[in-house]
Amino acid sequence: MTQIAQFVERAEQYAIKSGQSLSTISRKLLNDGKGLSRLKEGGQCTLKTLDRAESVLAELEAALNAPLVREMSHLDRLEAESIHIMREVAAQCENPVMLYSVGKDSSVMLHLAQKAFYPSPPPFPLMHVDTTWKFGDMIAFRDRRAKEVGMELIVHINEEGVAQGVGPFTHGSAVHTDIMKTQGLKQALDKYKFDAAFGGARRDEEKSRAKERIFSFRTEQHRWDAKNQRPELWNIYNTRVQKGESMRVFPMSNWTELDIWQYIYRENIEIPDLYLAKKRPVVERDGVLIMVDDDRLPLEPGEVPMEKMVRFRTLGCYPLTGAVESEADTLPDVIQEMLLTTTSERQGRVIDSDAGASMEQKKEEGYF
Amino acid sequence: MSHQDALISEDIIAYLEAQENKSFLRFITCGSVDDGKSTLIGRLLYDSKLIYEDQLASIEKDSKKSGTQGDKIDLALLVDGLAAEREQGITIDVAYRFFSTDKRKFIVADTPGHEQYTRNMATGASTADVAVLLIDARYGVQIQTRRHAFIVSSLGIKNVVVAINKMDLVDFDQSVYNDIEVEFRAFAKELGFADITCIPMSALDGDNVTSKSNKAEWYRGPFLLQYLEDVDVEERSLDLPFRLPVQWVNRPNLDFRGFSGTVASGMISVGDEIIVIPSGKRSKVKSIVTFDGDLERAREDMAITLTLEDEIDISRGDIICRKDNPAEQADQFQARILWMTDKELFPGRQYLMKSVNKTVPVSVTNIKHRIDVNDLSETAVKTLGLNEIGVCTLSLGGPIAFDAYDQNRNTGSFIVIDKHSNETVGVGMIDFALRRAKNVVWQDLDVSKTVRAEQKNQSPVILWFTGLSGSGKSTIANLVEKKLLDLGRHTYTLDGDNIRHGLNNDLGFTKADRIENIRRISETAKLMVDAGLITLTSFISPYRAERQMAREMVEDGEFVEIFVNTPLEVCEARDVKGLYAKARAGTIKNFTGIDSEYQTPVNSEIEINTVDMSAEKAAEVVVQYLEKNGYLKGPGE
Repeated sequence: MTQIAQFVERAEQYAIKSGQSLSTISRKLLNDGKGLSRLKEGGQCTLKTLDRAESVLAELEAALNAPLVREMSHLDRLEAESIHIMREVAAQCENPVMLYSVGKDSSVMLHLAQKAFYPSPPPFPLMHVDTTWKFGDMIAFRDRRAKEVGMELIVHINEEGVAQGVGPFTHGSAVHTDIMKTQGLKQALDKYKFDAAFGGARRDEEKSRAKERIFSFRTEQHRWDAKNQRPELWNIYNTRVQKGESMRVFPMSNWTELDIWQYIYRENIEIPDLYLAKKRPVVERDGVLIMVDDDRLPLEPGEVPMEKMVRFRTLGCYPLTGAVESEADTLPDVIQEMLLTTTSERQGRVIDSDAGASMEQKKEEGYF
Repeated sequence: MSHQDALISEDIIAYLEAQENKSFLRFITCGSVDDGKSTLIGRLLYDSKLIYEDQLASIEKDSKKSGTQGDKIDLALLVDGLAAEREQGITIDVAYRFFSTDKRKFIVADTPGHEQYTRNMATGASTADVAVLLIDARYGVQIQTRRHAFIVSSLGIKNVVVAINKMDLVDFDQSVYNDIEVEFRAFAKELGFADITCIPMSALDGDNVTSKSNKAEWYRGPFLLQYLEDVDVEERSLDLPFRLPVQWVNRPNLDFRGFSGTVASGMISVGDEIIVIPSGKRSKVKSIVTFDGDLERAREDMAITLTLEDEIDISRGDIICRKDNPAEQADQFQARILWMTDKELFPGRQYLMKSVNKTVPVSVTNIKHRIDVNDLSETAVKTLGLNEIGVCTLSLGGPIAFDAYDQNRNTGSFIVIDKHSNETVGVGMIDFALRRAKNVVWQDLDVSKTVRAEQKNQSPVILWFTGLSGSGKSTIANLVEKKLLDLGRHTYTLDGDNIRHGLNNDLGFTKADRIENIRRISETAKLMVDAGLITLTSFISPYRAERQMAREMVEDGEFVEIFVNTPLEVCEARDVKGLYAKARAGTIKNFTGIDSEYQTPVNSEIEINTVDMSAEKAAEVVVQYLEKNGYLKGPGE
């Protein structure tokens, strides 16, 4: 078959697939509505003309095929996997809840939940375990977002801890976190009898998390037994629990910190302002900048809070969350800083700075 | 390389936009402890600049404490996670690691290579598209190499990289490399890989890992990362037939009814004609709904919600297919099962099977053979233990839609769950349906006694227990029923308690009433046999003629008379319910054995003398009889 004959055949094929008439295509390819039929009847053209027409045709064919083989980017795939996990819980568990910690990961998780069930609202409530020492801005953001999304918001505070006056300054960070956060979470799960709780943890956060299952089985005492986790193959998840037992479900297990930021940027997801740099009153404690969020922060004699341009890389209890000095006051700037920075995300979190395996211990005890 | 991109500091927005369209690859690394697997992954993370300073500092600290590389940083410590493992110096579970380049994001399943960790390797392989098999250049293809290759091929991985590692220790000798390549390709022939790429490498020094090594000039192929960035694993799966396993029915209000799920394979467009398996109902796609707006088309791996033109009943676990190429459906399969727990797999025991989105009861009817993961030899076995792989036949509590695992990993895979502990005890890959119902929709299948019985993997029968009051009929019948239940069989017992109080509460104990009593019981038992059940009846049934009537109501072989032969004196001495005393005292009339006749059977299939035999033993005799006479398998077998 001659080159011209092949070209004509391709053009005809394209006409069938695209549903356009041959003369239309002929105009597009050869600037001449009758060009194709002339070629078909044995007419000739220059090689240059044929080359140009072939490349135009290739573009047209590509455009026609493009939506057929639409590539899924890594973010599309991560999103789809998270949605699959959330739907599985909604379909299989009796009483699920989404733990909402107000941070950027929770913001992404909430956004994914909206996507998973659209046009229905997510068929479970949000729950925040409030240690009473969160940044004021976090609480305002939390209440507003829950209302906007139209989900029920459960706020649980460990009242026993409050009654005992537990706080990071009086009891130290470890005791405070254990009582107000870990114990508070267990209380809340017991109180509402949730059999599945979504969390925003990711495997890239810390070494022991790398082996965490997506559906993480917990005993009635909320314990995590590293050696007794269920195998997870394909995307088939075993969601079955006995009464009293529960699942912690991590739909964003396979996301990395960079994925989170890219996704927030791509999807334009709202996150608390605390992530962006702003002038904030801070004091320096053991080399860590702590924001004076309210008047409960005891100041040393003569200590005066300084106004500094700071932002936060993670959000938690304000006395336990170190700020970093930064000029990054837009999302791209924050991502830029993150990519250029050389220390990992959890470093700003006081709780992790113990021995290497500390997170594993905490998890066995029921920390999320 | 990647995240050192100059764009980050110069134009972050341009960088972000460029990064949005990365592709994605999941791969698994296999090798035994000393092949340098963790070092390889550590190297990939390290060279992709994904280790932060504080992490590196802690690794440096740990390297001095427990590292094995002297003054060099022990990169393996980056990936050896759990405390117990770090002490033992081995990885004992699957760990997932992440890194990315400008082109791709990668998820690495890091799995241990010991024989006892077959299950972990299978776990890692189940979601991977590429396997990187490490071979120590000094030792060449080992038994474990064969094992790893077999496991990844069983899990359906088509693309394999053979990383011939520690080439530095053999001076990058090309002939060493060639010998290993030739040997590997020879034995891998039968494993069905689509593509095998061998790479000479030193993970420790980074040769041919993230850049081309200048120590192996003779090697012309890609370095590892180059291969991983370029390998195309998508092409094939998009051409597969469309499958949407329904995960969740989306009904926000009466006007919207959508079917949510993740597309398991293929593509679908608005307007396409669909068929639902197993119901066989048909319709057309009305819309493809997502939060970001309706789509014209959807493809594999997308999490979507479909709405249809017609209101048809679809529930979770159904698979929506394109009409031109529907999934198969069946309730009996041959499958390969990998057992994952210490408690052995016993044929006949009931488990739960979860395939795509559907959970159904399942029992293994037969283990054809076990496959030795080291040399692929086949051995006949009665049970499967931890980490063993067997070819089995399965019987399900109901039909499911499926494809063969070879054809479709998403719709051909399943997990096995223990009914009591809820643990995941095994996983499986469907080979084929035993009774083909290909492209036949469920309503078209004639539901007969045979079909019902086959589904239950048994031949229905009436076990007719007869004997005096207090002879032990009900005790034995109850034990038999329990044993059958344990074997995964479907049974029902008719006895005085459930018949006299309901169906027959208008009947007394005169001869006429006794005959009517037995007639109704026989009719009921017959219906149950038609339903495919093993039906136990426990009545004195004193008259030969009525027992014969019952026998003649069902087909040959469907009636087994069990004469519980306990002498009157013994029954009267036991007098469990105090009835003999009352009969002797005259307060009960027409009591069999006292003032009413018992006609001893003459041609019972089984006779049990309870004076010589315990009830437990008697029950065993009955079950053995059933087993021996083929009642515990389907009528077709």
